[in-house]
Amino acid sequence: MHEIVTSGFLFPNDLHAHWSVMIVLYPYITGLVAGAFIVSSLYHVFGIKELKPVARFSLVAAFAFLLFACTPLLFHLGHPERALNIMLTPKFTSAMSGFGYIYSFYLVIVLLEIWFVYRPEIIRRARETQGPLKALYWCLALGSLNDTEAALALDHKIIKVLAAIGIPAACILHGYVGFLFGSLKSNPWWSSPLMPVIFLLSAIVSGISILIISYWLVCRFTSLKLDTACLTVMFKYLWAFFILDVALEGLELLTHIYESHEEWHIVSRMLSERLGFSFYILQLGICSVIPLIVLGFVVLKKMPDTIRIRLGLICSALILVQVLAMRWNVIVGGQLFSKSLRGLTSYTPGILGREGLLIALVLFVMPFVVMYVFNLILPLFNKETETQQQ
Amino acid sequence: MKHDRREFIRKAGWTFIGSGLYINLFSVGSTLAGPGSCAPQNLFAFIVDTETCIGCGKCVAACRTENSVPADNFRTWVERYTILNNGSVEVDSPHGGELGFAPVSFNKTDIQKSFFVPKLCNHCRKPNCVQVCPVGATYVSPEGFVLVDEKRCIGCSYCMQACPYSARFMNPVTHVADKCTWCYHRIRQGKTAACVQVCPVGARLLGRVDDENGPVARLLKARRLQVLKPETGNEPMVFYIGLAKEVH
Repeated sequence: MHEIVTSGFLFPNDLHAHWSVMIVLYPYITGLVAGAFIVSSLYHVFGIKELKPVARFSLVAAFAFLLFACTPLLFHLGHPERALNIMLTPKFTSAMSGFGYIYSFYLVIVLLEIWFVYRPEIIRRARETQGPLKALYWCLALGSLNDTEAALALDHKIIKVLAAIGIPAACILHGYVGFLFGSLKSNPWWSSPLMPVIFLLSAIVSGISILIISYWLVCRFTSLKLDTACLTVMFKYLWAFFILDVALEGLELLTHIYESHEEWHIVSRMLSERLGFSFYILQLGICSVIPLIVLGFVVLKKMPDTIRIRLGLICSALILVQVLAMRWNVIVGGQLFSKSLRGLTSYTPGILGREGLLIALVLFVMPFVVMYVFNLILPLFNKETETQQQ
Repeated sequence: MKHDRREFIRKAGWTFIGSGLYINLFSVGSTLAGPGSCAPQNLFAFIVDTETCIGCGKCVAACRTENSVPADNFRTWVERYTILNNGSVEVDSPHGGELGFAPVSFNKTDIQKSFFVPKLCNHCRKPNCVQVCPVGATYVSPEGFVLVDEKRCIGCSYCMQACPYSARFMNPVTHVADKCTWCYHRIRQGKTAACVQVCPVGARLLGRVDDENGPVARLLKARRLQVLKPETGNEPMVFYIGLAKEVH
């Protein structure tokens, strides 16, 4: 247990942060879902052909992250065994009560889309394999091995519709997560109509970034050939969304400073005394300024592909850190000052324990394990883009 | 054969949608019928006299004993405000004021005024905590008391974030949200709250607002009273006599 460092007067019940690193991880993972899905939809709905190499992968990534989006909450709840009550006996005046429904709806959309996208592959494998594998693929095909042109054309139509529904669903899912915080009028650091939009944009950039890095890593360590055009397009979208994201984050801060409400003195003290590094240096400084400028060069300037990719990768990694820092600064930051508006507390996550960093790390890694297992059954990447390494 | 399967899927689909709707309507119905839906009548109000409180902390100790409040958590506490001549405000509440207060360390000549402010759940007319509870575990009793159903609370802490007064805490024993109930169990027995009963100077009063001869109703009529953080729009039902502007 880390010692809590306080200064000034805190209400006695404000000594501990109620929401731990698990609640930081929850919007972070949910954000990756939204971002990854947007990438897959850019291909399926908006016809950005360059994204074809990662179209399937992004969809499965969204699914894998989605599977673990709720797990941090379960580790946080005082009574996880009652978690389903949110859906069984919801109180609709609560912003939180809608999460189960929105989450489930989105999960169904993503699952259906994955099934339709992979149907030809499943059918092919159901025909080509033997024994238990054949049975597995036959089950995955739900017993329907109809891959006539008409059936596949219908599949394509359905995929487009699902992806089209999925875009607003993804936006709602993550905008809603921002709303959970933004709608709390009791907390001056959270209460802002901009919060859902900022959460959404940061979700998109983090999702694109994790796809870029994962795609590069897969290509680096397997026989898959890296598609430079695909990466370049992802850099473009990443830059565009990141400009909006940083602009809104900056505007929100500016509004706080300019308005200087009664609460601002304690919030600004909290930012400088408790979050100096993670807010000013990481979120606003290094991890915002460098990607903004460098991605601009990556997108606009002519340069050798290897340099473009390296710079883009560094920016993607920085953006992942920026978004994580943003989640930390919002969620933890909002609990570091007392509602007495006179004192600050501190929060340091433990390593072990139910809400410790180790569990957080495991939860973050689990989606990648799911993707790995998925790849054993069905390929994450298109066969035609693979080449044998010499 | 193909037709049979299609028919089966169609029927299965309708069954799924139907059962989903049934569960949904059932759950919505049960929520609406639950205690959270009772129209708050706010039959009771709490009055705190900051001009009388001597900061002895007996109220905090009595609350802890009466309600088995775990150590380091507080259903009620007492704050001491010391306003100095230079305008600076010093606030403290060691152990929630439970053990009383040591003399202030400032020169007497530097002190403009000093006073005690007891705090507790405000049992608001428009409580944020009730609004944000995702399962209706925090609800309003027919008399207007804001209560927590221990058996329904999932321990998400959303209510703690939403309460502008930090009147709530996560009970380390039950792992659910906990807070002052204005001793609802005692009120139901015709008694008053433990903190009210032990206060040696009568700085705390709890009573019906519709009892015209009662002290609370009379004070509500006769005195100009303040509430904490009125800007939140929660309409608190704890009213303060002599509340200074420095108190949040």
